[in-house]
Amino acid sequence: MLRYSLKRLLGAVPTLFVIVTLTFFMMRAAPGGPFDSARRLPPEIEHNVAAAYNLDKPLLTQYGIYLTKLAHGDFGPSYKNKDFTVAQLIGIGLPVSAKLGLSAMAVAIILGFLLGTWAALRQNRWQDYSVMAVAMTGITIPTFVTAPVLTLIFGIYGISLFGHDFTLPVGGWAGGKLANMILPVTVLALPQVAFIARLTRGSMIEVLRSNYIRTARAKGLPSFRIITRHALRAAILPLVSYLGPAVAGILTGSLVVEQIFGIPGVGRYFIQAALNRDYTLVMGVVICYAGLIVALNFVADVLYAILDPRVRLT
Amino acid sequence: MTALLEIRNLNVYFATPDSDVHAVKDVSLTIGESECLGVVGESGSGKSQLFLGAMGLLASNGRASGSVLYRGQEILGAPAASLNRLRGAKITMIFQDPLTSLTPHMTVGAQIMEALNSHRALPRDEARARVREMLEYVRIPDAARRMTQYPHELSGGMRQRVMIAMATITGPDLLIADEPTTALDVTVQAQILEILRALKSDKKTAIALISHDMGVIAGNADQVQVMRSGRIVEQGPVDNIFYAPQQDYTKMLLAAMPRAADPGPDTSPRQELLLDVRDLKVSFPVSQGIFAKAKELRAVDGVSFTLRAGETLGVVGESGCGKSTLARAVLQLLPADKGKVLWLGRDLTEESREDIRRQRRGFQIVFQDPLASLDPRMPVGVSIAEPLKALEPGLSRADIAARVRAMMQKVGLEPEWINRYPHELSGGQNQRVGIARAMIIAPRMVVCDEAVSALDVSIQAQIVDLLKGLQAETGLAMIFISHDLAVVRRLSHRVMVLYLGRVVEMANSDALYRDPRHPYTRALLAAAPTPDPRHERTRPRALLTGDLPSPLDRRAQLSFLKSKRIDDAEADQYRPLLIEEAPGHFVAEHDPVI
Repeated sequence: MLRYSLKRLLGAVPTLFVIVTLTFFMMRAAPGGPFDSARRLPPEIEHNVAAAYNLDKPLLTQYGIYLTKLAHGDFGPSYKNKDFTVAQLIGIGLPVSAKLGLSAMAVAIILGFLLGTWAALRQNRWQDYSVMAVAMTGITIPTFVTAPVLTLIFGIYGISLFGHDFTLPVGGWAGGKLANMILPVTVLALPQVAFIARLTRGSMIEVLRSNYIRTARAKGLPSFRIITRHALRAAILPLVSYLGPAVAGILTGSLVVEQIFGIPGVGRYFIQAALNRDYTLVMGVVICYAGLIVALNFVADVLYAILDPRVRLT
Repeated sequence: MTALLEIRNLNVYFATPDSDVHAVKDVSLTIGESECLGVVGESGSGKSQLFLGAMGLLASNGRASGSVLYRGQEILGAPAASLNRLRGAKITMIFQDPLTSLTPHMTVGAQIMEALNSHRALPRDEARARVREMLEYVRIPDAARRMTQYPHELSGGMRQRVMIAMATITGPDLLIADEPTTALDVTVQAQILEILRALKSDKKTAIALISHDMGVIAGNADQVQVMRSGRIVEQGPVDNIFYAPQQDYTKMLLAAMPRAADPGPDTSPRQELLLDVRDLKVSFPVSQGIFAKAKELRAVDGVSFTLRAGETLGVVGESGCGKSTLARAVLQLLPADKGKVLWLGRDLTEESREDIRRQRRGFQIVFQDPLASLDPRMPVGVSIAEPLKALEPGLSRADIAARVRAMMQKVGLEPEWINRYPHELSGGQNQRVGIARAMIIAPRMVVCDEAVSALDVSIQAQIVDLLKGLQAETGLAMIFISHDLAVVRRLSHRVMVLYLGRVVEMANSDALYRDPRHPYTRALLAAAPTPDPRHERTRPRALLTGDLPSPLDRRAQLSFLKSKRIDDAEADQYRPLLIEEAPGHFVAEHDPVI
């Protein structure tokens, strides 16, 4: 088990390296640079600024310098936000993004799994059809539509409960207050809930048809035990494999959601940095995201091996 | 006295998008205390659905009607809670495929324990002790360790023993065994059947034994029901069914059963030598973790034989004996490590891929699973035509179509089916397609790798007759590989018995079946059930104990020559010689048989 994990971790190093390299050269291939602006600077000043950031050196040398610094854990300074290093900016944004993303993941997994299992157990009945219809809608409607619509309903019109009117904040983070989190988390989780529900339903139906479930029924076990002891672990496996892609989906979703709700997370920096050609900040965010995705894929693999004893051999 | 289980007018239907399928039609039967009822029928006869329906275990689109009485009490349509008190406690079941029938992520100990705990509250230690006792009863060695293992870590025979332990630990009155030995090797099958017989005599458990194999039924059942397309065709005591069958269908089933005592074809024709295989060796590296050195699995370990035109060589052995690897290595579908394969005097192991490809006109193969070895997206006519296109380029479309139609007719397929897809044909018809595909370029040799193993006996007999007919007509040479000694007998002039990659005995088939000399051959013959109840009741059961040893263990080849064995898994072991004990009858060295 330990050896298996170690092998998987070592395998992630080349992946990260390729991602760093690709982003580095792709950013440089884009026209413009961090210090281009409408108002042109005098050439000697421009040259000095470029020299200060090593931007006058050949591209390969710059790449080498960047890699060396990266190896020492130095992400470099931000070109635009001159008072901050990239590490500091990410340090401010990441906790916010992480809280948002992880909450959305948790909601998506729990809700999606429960809905999917419920639909599977009521296969081809109205409960199944309604869950699947809602799920299909959830997958097809993009976040930038659900966000404003939900904002309009819950943030502007408000809802009446027990004779009180509630409205949710339409934006801002306020240090991660629950009221501020509800809308962005919902918007972010919705497509994932839908997808996970469909995935779970499919795998659960397949598992319930398998021979060992028939054996369990022949043993006279009550259905609750059959589902929890015999079916659940096998049915959850596709969900575990989907964990990696789900994180990627949540991350891309968060770029949009953070923008719409004005949340000071990493996603907002990323978009601004890309538009500003803030090379180091873009690189920093990409490495951070890639690291997250690789890490969660790794967690998924290890979980898979724990759940399915047959995988441990290979 | 009320019967243990009485089924009255049971009907089982399955709802499908087209219409309802009526799988079991008005079946009535009774099972008495500690009686063994054999239910025999071919695939699709509804024999499994009959009992699944009676026990309320049908798939979700299935529905059963009629009446099922357990000791006079109605259980069909009973509420789940009361059914669950019965299922797994008083009436238990074991199934055909023990790997998929056990939950993969639970240890076998936990699964057996669960069966016990859900019906009887016992203290943990006592329950554990009972599980271990039960595993020992079904003859699982090292039971304490096995309890902590997962199903995939056990062999097929072990898994079925675990299933039996799970089904008997609660002390049931009735065990329903649905094709319990179908996926197992013949020596393992004999051991499992022995355990079932012991259950019946020691523990007075009644058994419903469902099987397609008349031989398995003959040796175990007291009463027999013959089923065909959902109905009971004939029923009665086992001797009546086997010695005085009334219905044509029963007679046909019995006639189709291959028997090891049947006479085989005449002695080998002395014709042109086609194939001469000399000391062929094939091994695979088996990884033992990343740091350990890969071990060598010697799948075929020095096999030599010859084959003449018009001759059939039967190759017999249990799973893992290397018979399929041997076939593939002979046909150059796998690289051999050592040895020569002389085809018409030319050594194929030395030739280039392109040369071998051109030689393939001469030798073809028919595989086991007819449906899986045909491209599902290709009409069967196109599949049959493929070798023609590859090996005889330049034929016109009309020529190809004409040859395909002629070939289809020859193997007993309607030429109009040329545009049908494999899923539109039955298993037997698909196997005819496989044979047509192999025969269309008029090869001189065909290798049949378990070509009839997946087919019902009646279909099996037809395919065997087809192959014999083709051989008589074209002078085809055949290598016929099978785990079933009786089928091999029907076709083969000579028979070779493989054990863990080596030949243990090779002889003309009459000599081999009448006078087997090697203990392994004898064990194989003794283990094969025959459709003859009196013979089954009286004959001695010379059983091999336990499973086949791992082919990775080099000591294993010397299982029958223990006197020369060095007890070290890594050591180079003595290699038993093949000795010609009688003209043409080769037997590997072995310890004297007691």
